[in-house]
Amino acid sequence: MTIPCRFIVNGSAVSGSFPPMRRLLDVLRGECGLTATKEGCGEGECGSCAVLLDDTLVNSCLVPIADVNGREVTTLEGLPKDDPLFAAFAATGGTQCGICTPGMIMAARALLNDCLRPDLSQTREALSGNLCRCTGYGGIYAAIRTASGQGE
Amino acid sequence: MYTSMHNDSRFGTTPLKDAPLRKDGMEKVRGTARYVADITYPGMLHAVTARTRLPGGTIASITFDDHVPWSEYVVVTARDIPGINAVKMIETDQPVLVETHYRHAGEPVVLIAHPDPQALADALAAVHIDERPYAKPPVFAIEEALRADTRRIAADNVYRDYLMEKGSVMDAEKESCQVFEAEYHTGAQEHLYIEPQGMMARMEGGILTVEGSLQCPYYVHAALMYATGLPEERVRVLQCATGGAFGGKEEYPSHIACHAALVTMKAGGRPVALIYGRGEDMAVTPKRHPSRSRVRLGASRDGRLRFIDIDFVIDGGAYLTLSPVVLSRGVIHAAGPYRCDNVRVRARAVATNHPPFGAFRGFGAPQSIFALEAALDELARMLEMEPDVLRRRNVLAPGDISPAGQRIEGPLDMQRVIGQALEACDYHAKVEAYRQWNAQKGAIRKGIGLATFYHGAGFTGNGELALRSRAGLRVGADGLVEILTSTTEMGQGMQTTLSGIVAEALRIPYEGVAVARPDTRDVPNSGPTVASRTCMVVGAILARAADDLIARLRADAALPSVYGYGEFRDACARLHAAGGVTTIIADYRHPAGNEWDESVFQGSPYASFAWACYVAEVEVDAVTGETRIVDFTAVQEVGRVVHATVAAGQIEGGVVQGIGYALFEDVRFGADGQMANNRITNYIIPTSADIPPIRVLFLESRHGAGPGGAAGIGELPMDGPAPAIINAINAALGTEIRHVPAMPEHILAAMDRRSA
Ligand code: FES
Ligand code: FES
Repeated sequence: MTIPCRFIVNGSAVSGSFPPMRRLLDVLRGECGLTATKEGCGEGECGSCAVLLDDTLVNSCLVPIADVNGREVTTLEGLPKDDPLFAAFAATGGTQCGICTPGMIMAARALLNDCLRPDLSQTREALSGNLCRCTGYGGIYAAIRTASGQGE
Repeated sequence: MYTSMHNDSRFGTTPLKDAPLRKDGMEKVRGTARYVADITYPGMLHAVTARTRLPGGTIASITFDDHVPWSEYVVVTARDIPGINAVKMIETDQPVLVETHYRHAGEPVVLIAHPDPQALADALAAVHIDERPYAKPPVFAIEEALRADTRRIAADNVYRDYLMEKGSVMDAEKESCQVFEAEYHTGAQEHLYIEPQGMMARMEGGILTVEGSLQCPYYVHAALMYATGLPEERVRVLQCATGGAFGGKEEYPSHIACHAALVTMKAGGRPVALIYGRGEDMAVTPKRHPSRSRVRLGASRDGRLRFIDIDFVIDGGAYLTLSPVVLSRGVIHAAGPYRCDNVRVRARAVATNHPPFGAFRGFGAPQSIFALEAALDELARMLEMEPDVLRRRNVLAPGDISPAGQRIEGPLDMQRVIGQALEACDYHAKVEAYRQWNAQKGAIRKGIGLATFYHGAGFTGNGELALRSRAGLRVGADGLVEILTSTTEMGQGMQTTLSGIVAEALRIPYEGVAVARPDTRDVPNSGPTVASRTCMVVGAILARAADDLIARLRADAALPSVYGYGEFRDACARLHAAGGVTTIIADYRHPAGNEWDESVFQGSPYASFAWACYVAEVEVDAVTGETRIVDFTAVQEVGRVVHATVAAGQIEGGVVQGIGYALFEDVRFGADGQMANNRITNYIIPTSADIPPIRVLFLESRHGAGPGGAAGIGELPMDGPAPAIINAINAALGTEIRHVPAMPEHILAAMDRRSA
């Protein structure tokens, strides 16, 4: 069984027929060809598939496509090219293997959208759903401080 | 020379202002780096694996339910293997696909592929492997494996039995000394790289082409030739962006590559993706070897070590895989960086019915170092000495001979490393303050603990000689210098580090150097990407290639003796005009005087070591047994920091993995011997909410064998956190915790034992 769905991804309209339980993650990576969003676990535990759904951070591996109907999705590819998070993550040691990085940057963007200059405990809290096995998180905190104009 | 990279209360590291941007940084932050799961080919198939369920046995038959339209599927079994049915590693004891006999649950038996990934689950359920158990029960524990009457998995259930001996422990025991004796255990640890393993195989113009998530392209290449019977020139291996590895993608990618290759060969060359889900990855791929150490230490009353006597055993699992190299590194690090005339370390890797254990950052050293460093704290308590004083009294200095018989060369100064670490965290004041605090007997107890250790860089012993690594540089008309190496980027910053080394050697800007994609058709074999060998060993080969390139440009293209970047590029253009693209390949050269006798484990096991002192501060809830690490200090003497941000990232990331090893990461085995908690939900790694401020400081005495005096650092930070944390907990509670991970229930049990 499929159902019709219409939604916006990174500013462009997408419409099609999907099995209602098909994961948003698969639609983004498959039909939309947006592979920045990664699959680390498929069960909502690692955050590497994080995207914004109407400005809220969600794990796209847990979102059935039926729930996206009429809504707006932003992936890493949809952030403004000059988002300061990009340069900051690249410079401060915020990325190593890079597999967690798109999800981390989405989590960081959601945080900065709510709070211009987050302190350390707000940052830690905001990232606690995103696992990184490489950096030990220190470089990621430094990236968020840099991107929010708080120095390194 | 001393680089301070304080972060104090701010977390993270302040990168040096002149550290150039990571080579792979932009593609990773923009999400354009191509990982294996991001690749698609028209008409590609998706494959899955049917596996054994019993912990060893025989396969009587395989049947396929006929409600599945099997003609739409590609089905591969052991009978489809054109070459030899074994995965080529150190030995060839492990089948690519089980035909009859097998040793553990989770061994691959049948591969099924279909263009629609949704069509795989039903088909997998329709494959029935009729398994018969062996008469004797499976063996999962080290002591069971060693008993004579249990199931035999390998000869005597012992893969390797090593002895490192110096002086005579027996004679030393005759002298009067204080003896401390205890047994220590470490658990398995899952790598949990965030990208699960995966491979893509296809035939392209008659060439078997395999690309994927891997550390060692030439290991995969050799395994493919062996299993497919194809000649060297018809097998090509490429690395994709690799989402973390830590040793976990050293050997298992060869299995997945062989599987994907067999499917594509049976499917007429169609591309085949074999990508593991998280649960499968955690259940079947190797983990850190569990270990058991019996430690006996003899010391004079004033704390001088008279003898170190250790019996070290690791669980190798059901096949040999990489256990010999894990074991030998464990042996050499077991007696630590200490001066002691009488040392005996007996070490065995035993066979059990667990899936094989494998390489994980530090391989073998974190296990044996944990035991020794925890025992030293207990010895200090017995001698009524402070743990730092005991270590300072025994730690190696230039001119001393290490337990493996290696003469320590200056200018490094381990006393200074310890001094820096204690000063950075205000150690002595805290020891005193925590003693007073704990005397109040409140619910929260505080402790501070340390570990001192070193970690050898490069392959152990004669390993580098046997590898005979080669790496090179390529330059065309535009003067861009490309590094040719099979060493892979997996996040550790190898592209950045090696580019920096080459740019420095050529005296050109960092931007003028790039790293070619690891592709066995294009790059020479510079050995596997393991053992902290990239910077020191491959870096040194590349620095020599750079010298050769300069000589060539001088001889054939009139490069002036003093030159700027413009002149360098002009010379490259002239070289190109005369002879086309130039490739310079250099070979490994063994440091003079570095002899090693594997039969007695004496000689120079490593060209250089990184040295460190780590200090952990903890708060333990005496009611719940929960531990919070409140502060962590990591001071290391690494010879030279090649790239500040990359080096700091290696240390911080390794420390956090070590924190997980010490406190959270508890691999539970089911009755079948496989990991039972094979989900991120129930196997807990540190999140950003769990970690303390980490202070990372480097000392740079230029003592290393790598470019500019660098030693390798990738594995070092894995060694120190577990013993430092356990020592801090034991100091806080007065307990004798002797294993990791120390979960709350273990801590409460240890408190009960103490009160009893
Ligand atoms: S893949 Fe979605 S949370 Fe891990
Ligand atoms: S950079 Fe590798 S998991 Fe975060």
